[in-house]
Amino acid sequence: MRHAKALIVLIVLLTVVVAACNKNKPPVARPMPPPDPGVSSTVTDPPPPPPQPVMEPTIVPPMPAEDAIGSKSLDDLNRDSPLRPLFFELDSSDVSAAGQQVLQANAAVLKKYPGMQVTIEGHCDERGTAEYNLALGERRALAAKNYLVSLGISADKVKTVSYGKEFPFDAGHDDSAWANNRRAHFVITAK
Amino acid sequence: MHNYFVRWKALAAAMVAASAVAAAQQPAPQEKPQTAVELILRDSSGAQTRLAVPDLLALSPDRETTEAARTIGQVLWDDLNYEREFYMIPRDTYKSIPAAPSITTVPYDRWRELGADGVVIGTVQKVATGIRVELRLYNVRAQQSIFGREYTGSAANPRLYAHTMSDELHESQRSLRGVARTKLTFSSDRNREPVVGTVEKREVKEVYVADYDGANARRITINRTLNITPSWSPDGRSIAYTSYRTGVPDILISNIYAGTMETPSKGSGQNWLPVFSPDGKRIAFTSNRDGNPELYVMNRDGSDVRRLTNNPEIDTSPTFSPSGTQIAFASGRSGTPQVYVIGVDGAGLRRISQESYADRPTWSPAPYNEIAFTARTGPGFDIKILNIGTGETRQITFGEGTNESPAWSPNGRHLAFSSTRAGRLQIFTVDRDGRNLRQITREGNNQTPHWSQ
Repeated sequence: MRHAKALIVLIVLLTVVVAACNKNKPPVARPMPPPDPGVSSTVTDPPPPPPQPVMEPTIVPPMPAEDAIGSKSLDDLNRDSPLRPLFFELDSSDVSAAGQQVLQANAAVLKKYPGMQVTIEGHCDERGTAEYNLALGERRALAAKNYLVSLGISADKVKTVSYGKEFPFDAGHDDSAWANNRRAHFVITAK
Repeated sequence: MHNYFVRWKALAAAMVAASAVAAAQQPAPQEKPQTAVELILRDSSGAQTRLAVPDLLALSPDRETTEAARTIGQVLWDDLNYEREFYMIPRDTYKSIPAAPSITTVPYDRWRELGADGVVIGTVQKVATGIRVELRLYNVRAQQSIFGREYTGSAANPRLYAHTMSDELHESQRSLRGVARTKLTFSSDRNREPVVGTVEKREVKEVYVADYDGANARRITINRTLNITPSWSPDGRSIAYTSYRTGVPDILISNIYAGTMETPSKGSGQNWLPVFSPDGKRIAFTSNRDGNPELYVMNRDGSDVRRLTNNPEIDTSPTFSPSGTQIAFASGRSGTPQVYVIGVDGAGLRRISQESYADRPTWSPAPYNEIAFTARTGPGFDIKILNIGTGETRQITFGEGTNESPAWSPNGRHLAFSSTRAGRLQIFTVDRDGRNLRQITREGNNQTPHWSQ
């Protein structure tokens, strides 16, 4: 009995230590951990997972509760954003089927929170030139915005900006880094 | 009130930046004309003329003078070597030749032994206003001074005396406009400052200027955001660039010696990649103001905006022809980015590149009728040059790192570009024949160079 108690205490302690260790990781804004698969079963209409992006959640997270968005600061909201990025093929600004799913989910969030304003950042990978990427990133952001507008989102809630390849999300030089950097990224500017 | 504050802050920032440059900018050395007849030094056999530049003689014993004497000799040798008009005899081979006791007593026999056709002998002397620098080019065989200059000015930047002498010597001896006094502008993250107001970890990029050889680098912008693709005005007094100061890309012009700033596009859409026309009166740029990246031209003050392109794909990266009548640019209208040429009146569109991906054309100064550009050659990019007359393309870099954003020197003999060949992104220069590669920047990442005209 005593032993069992001690064991439980030890396990609890270990869990706390592990949790603490996780907390010590450097604070990085963008990578979001995939949501707990247990939670996903509550989603009634799960869209197919987007093809490649490894670092992105494969399942639309349940809509955050009203107060979760209301109480969070903009910085916190953007750190763990209810709006997901969409990804593009090399040299392309075409919104893929997976990208459309992402935009539909984002549009639902925007409709739920009518005060929300966003800037869509267009980003490119290093396989394009610095100059041309400024235009390509703008086209990616515009493509995402136009699709949102077609879903009934008011155009004046959505701004666009291109960063070309100036602010890569992944500093690597391989396929997965490039795929991760070819994106339209949502930043909430008002809620 | 808010607007007022922002404007005041921007003005103050610009003024601080300008005064930093102004402080670095010393008055140009004053020159006394020589009375001696100037002759041309040229090897009669047609071989390259061999020149030596030993340390200058310090006529005053103080540290400033002796250091200036050493610096000027080394920098002058480098400047002359850069244009490859003379064979520059390596300086360590004539360390044993004793310094001339005066500028007129030259040990000709020793220089002749070394195989020098010419030798530049110079002196530096401390004077009330700074230093006096005297330099003479001697014909070793004829044992006579054939070219000389005397300068007085500040001792703050001795390199400027060497640069001035180099340019004047090239002009006199080879009718060549050297680049020793030209400058490069580029964008750099070397300050490693975080961008204001984002959740992501992003570092600012600011505009810098440096001498053509990378010395005397100075920061021009203090916007704490992205400031990229700087471009010189033809008079070298202003730099137009793409700044995200307001959160979206727009064109700013910094008048770097006056300490003022201009915002020519005044809130019409997002605008980027400005370049001045050869007369400095017009600016070509890319804008999304009509819903898609298209090319526009406007007056420097933002008036008389004209749209040059109109198609659903991207049009960007403009560069003026030397006469200012045509613009080369990159367009995705064929499915991949390619280089096109169009008249400034919008007429005469034609495609000139046949690459898998071509961007950032830059039109060479006369007399060369060529366009350098960035071409995708594999996973990365290389610099290529297209001769417009013959239609032939030659490659300048060959897959070492990725190489982008070429910019011509004002005499058309050199290109600056960015490259990852040394690890991080750095500015390099290379001659039009692909030789004489030099690394210009070493601190942080540096990109999108442009050469003062």
